[in-house]
Amino acid sequence: MKEYQTITEISGPLVFVETDEPVGYDEIVEIETADGQTRRGQVLDSTSEHVAIQVFEGTEGIDRQSSVTFLGETMKMPVTEDLLGRVLDGSGNPIDDGPDIVPEERRDIVGEAINPYSREYPEDFIQTGVSVIDGMNTLVRGQKLPIFSASGLPHNELALQIARQASVPEEEEEGEDTEFAVIFGAMGITAEEANEFMDDFERTGALERSVVFMNLANDPAVERTITPRLALTTAEYLAFDQGYHVLVILTDVTNYCEALREIGAAREEVPGRRGYPGYMYTDLAQLYERAGRIKGQGGSITQIPILTMPSDDITHPIPDLTGYITEGQILVDRGLNSQGIQPPVDPLPSLSRLMDDGIGEGLTRGDHGGVSDQLYAAYAEGEDKRDLVQIVGREALSERDNRYLDFAEAFEEQFVQQGYNTDREIDETLDIGWDLLSMLPEAELNRVDEDDIEEHYQDDVEAEVTAD
Amino acid sequence: MSQATDTTVREDGVIESVSGPVVTARDLDAKMNDVVYVGDEGLMGEVIEIEGNITTIQVYEETSGVSPGEPVESTGAPLSVDLGPGMLDTIYDGVQRPLEVLEEKMGSAFLDRGVDAPGIDLGRTWEFEPEVEEGDDVETGDVVGTVPETASIDHKVMVPPDSEGGEVVAIESGNFTVEETVAELDSGEEIQMRQEWPVRQERPTVDKQTPTEPLTSGQRILDGLFPLAKGGTAAIPGPFGSGKTVTQQSLAKFADADIVVYIGCGERGNEMTEVIDDFPELPDPQTGNPLMDRTCLIANTSNMPVAARESCVYTGITIAEYYRDMGYDVALMADSTSRWAEAMREISSRLEEMPGEEGYPAYLAARLSAFYERAGYFENINGTEGSISVIGAVSPPGGDFSEPVTQNTLRIVKTFWALDSDLAERRHFPAINWNDSYSLYRDQLDPWFAENVADDWAEQRQWAIDTLDEDGELQEVVQLVGKDALPEDQQLTLEVARYLKEAWLQQNALHEVDRYCPPEKTYRILGAIKTFNDEAFDALDAGVPVDEITDIDALPRLNRIGTTPDDEADDFVDDIESDMTEQLRSLY
Ligand SMILES: Nc1ncnc2c1ncn2[C@@H]1O[C@H](COP(=O)(O)OP(=O)(O)O)[C@@H](O)[C@H]1O
Ligand SMILES: [Mg+2]
Repeated sequence: MKEYQTITEISGPLVFVETDEPVGYDEIVEIETADGQTRRGQVLDSTSEHVAIQVFEGTEGIDRQSSVTFLGETMKMPVTEDLLGRVLDGSGNPIDDGPDIVPEERRDIVGEAINPYSREYPEDFIQTGVSVIDGMNTLVRGQKLPIFSASGLPHNELALQIARQASVPEEEEEGEDTEFAVIFGAMGITAEEANEFMDDFERTGALERSVVFMNLANDPAVERTITPRLALTTAEYLAFDQGYHVLVILTDVTNYCEALREIGAAREEVPGRRGYPGYMYTDLAQLYERAGRIKGQGGSITQIPILTMPSDDITHPIPDLTGYITEGQILVDRGLNSQGIQPPVDPLPSLSRLMDDGIGEGLTRGDHGGVSDQLYAAYAEGEDKRDLVQIVGREALSERDNRYLDFAEAFEEQFVQQGYNTDREIDETLDIGWDLLSMLPEAELNRVDEDDIEEHYQDDVEAEVTAD
Repeated sequence: MSQATDTTVREDGVIESVSGPVVTARDLDAKMNDVVYVGDEGLMGEVIEIEGNITTIQVYEETSGVSPGEPVESTGAPLSVDLGPGMLDTIYDGVQRPLEVLEEKMGSAFLDRGVDAPGIDLGRTWEFEPEVEEGDDVETGDVVGTVPETASIDHKVMVPPDSEGGEVVAIESGNFTVEETVAELDSGEEIQMRQEWPVRQERPTVDKQTPTEPLTSGQRILDGLFPLAKGGTAAIPGPFGSGKTVTQQSLAKFADADIVVYIGCGERGNEMTEVIDDFPELPDPQTGNPLMDRTCLIANTSNMPVAARESCVYTGITIAEYYRDMGYDVALMADSTSRWAEAMREISSRLEEMPGEEGYPAYLAARLSAFYERAGYFENINGTEGSISVIGAVSPPGGDFSEPVTQNTLRIVKTFWALDSDLAERRHFPAINWNDSYSLYRDQLDPWFAENVADDWAEQRQWAIDTLDEDGELQEVVQLVGKDALPEDQQLTLEVARYLKEAWLQQNALHEVDRYCPPEKTYRILGAIKTFNDEAFDALDAGVPVDEITDIDALPRLNRIGTTPDDEADDFVDDIESDMTEQLRSLY
């Protein structure tokens, strides 16, 4: 391996080096500074005379005398089942004082695309115990379902609740014992937030079946571009080689995208919307699409990425591009949060695209789809009436309108509100749904089957009395 | 992709630089758009710029680890597809490599690099039945025989476009591979089932005609309000989650096309898997055969190489043209054209071209219109008529339709189905906004609907449009004063419009009956609502209060017609109409 001392330029996270032998695109580089520190980086551009290198751990301390070695291979992650229970830094080095990791294999972290022909369509219902998710935005195994949140909102509590409570009722019934693993990839979050996760993992014993990758707020920003790839490479190994059902939590994707923007700016690329690189869609897709199931393989990768929307704006490129790639989104809402609703998930802009195949007769319950649709329609209507009542006052509203107003309020307080420690069975969730729908006149329920109305709709007491 | 069989590969260039999907080579002897093999692994690429001694190549596979100094070989032929039997019931990547074959060859569920595969199976034999006899004269485009490609489709074997034609001297029925000669001409030319065609070049036709037949979709809001013509163009723009893909898939399932080419361009892997799983199980409403029998899928998912995203739409439209040449009505869906435009932008920026609006290359509008121009209702060179309808999804950033891809698309297409996140949030599906959408084909298709569905199709539709318009205006007032402040007749209009929206415009793509609504049923549901309207206004005139009118118990049943099986729907509508009439008349 040839060592060069030919750095020509250092600019932000980038280092430019003259070379006289060909260097592969994406290849890994080691840079040794005068005081003996080693930094790693990756080739971004390679020509026959010079290469551009993006340095993961920051360029501080690198000067033109630093020596550069090209390792002749692309970035690899050492994988083994023994990673379970370990805590690593954002570059994959252990930071938990545990034993050395003896890898089974070293895997390229870029990851190859799954052949769409080889995928298995995800349709196993995961019960999270959270009504607004299970009832109206159902998660299935192998789905990528991000949490869209914003600063100061309790997205971590929600993610932890899901990680704690997630179960597949069908398998539990059949007594199948499924191996479950959690991969946690932190990108630029604060130490405090990280502790929140670690404490919970330790308290519940989840750490034993977890692999934690930590890039914290004070860790190098460029490293954030490899942390999720290390995490997902580990996930793929556990899922598709070892048969685990893996839940991957990545947080905060917004910090990841900031790092991409920083690199793009340093390269003087033509920026896309709001300064983010034009290839950010493709880049994010290369993370998010590493979720799913594969025909003939037992395991699965379910992804719950968390992102904070700058200025609560869902049209910002980070949530926007994410929503275009992921299989839905769960929206954490500031208004509901200030009302004290836990978890403050607004179902209206939330969506699970894989819900339809995971629910229904034999999976959850035959009335599930109808109940969900009807709750959506009714809550949306109630929200409209709230706007109206601001203007005309409650007296000016018809009886029908007033019922919808009452419905919206009860829906938030009984269905969405449940607390972070309540684990609701899907039956309970749907029954609460029917309690709420029974506040509306039967003729209004046009999204549910007539048979289901017969079975679940409760005529209100008043009507029962007169009927007698 | 086409395995350029007769072009010899020369090793004639070396890589100069690598930057993502863009590679430059020195000393390469190649023409623009030639296919080249890059590096030691022989990754497939295409020449996109030549400047002096430096050739720029977009590579259709991942370039990690590729270094300067590695060889580049040119095939001397442009990016082409293999055309012949076996394309239906198949799923390809963006350069026409069958994904099933790739899985087999790679022995893995993950897409490896440097593996090639022909677009059609060279080993498989097909049962060829001649359509001409020895002694007949044939010209380019003429059908010499047919092959039962699937249960639904007879594949027409045509004299290739570059042929001189001549007299048939030998032809017989039998089982042949796609490379074996099925007919011989007096010129000595031999005709095989397999043709090649460069994807960026339109296949020749005689003439483009004005479309007069609808591409019925089984979607009430489309057939009823914003119909697409066979040979027409449509765009479906909308933010994420508003229903672009579900609408495209519904069209792929239920449109009355002979052939469907479905391109998943830069979107989700699982959406393609869903199609692969569902289509073999679902019956084509026209033939009853599995939908897959008429379908060719092309998948370049968002995590697959970006350069192949640029080419996938061309691969798709070329396959569509080939079936059009056989005289078929082809429907092509591209989900999403925005990803194609972004791929252009990404490549263009790596070439350091001068960016136009929002970083898109200046040729964005030209490329889009050239693509949509390949749609149309055509007179083919063999005298048959065929059509290509193109339906493109558009994914505007932030859902803002003022962005360049939406705007440039709108200048070209004649049908615009605008998706609306507000409707989607309240689960009003399809979330097609009836105020913003339009179809410029409406008038030219009306005679067809009058003849094939109902004389007063257009009149009834106009009534629906007028009612929805009035509803739109009244809703603005309601927002200010509440509904009860309106006069009774306006309150009644609001109720009628509510049924138009809930019982007619809404349609659940996931319900096994409602997902497909034949035009006759679309007409009947609208008729039932109009019956209510007419009877209700009579009752109102006779002094019945609006609350009593809308309280009749036959009324909510309007919402159940959509989910009533087609063969029961007529009776069901008859019953509702007579019950409504009776109940309303009994009020005065
Ligand atoms: N016609 C429809 N009927 C029922 N549900 C629909 C319909 N259209 C869209 N949806 C719902 O909306 C979700 C998002 O639709 P999709 O077509 O994937 O959106 P887009 O492609 O615009 O992102 C679907 O998963 C489905 O739940
Ligand atoms: Mg879509």
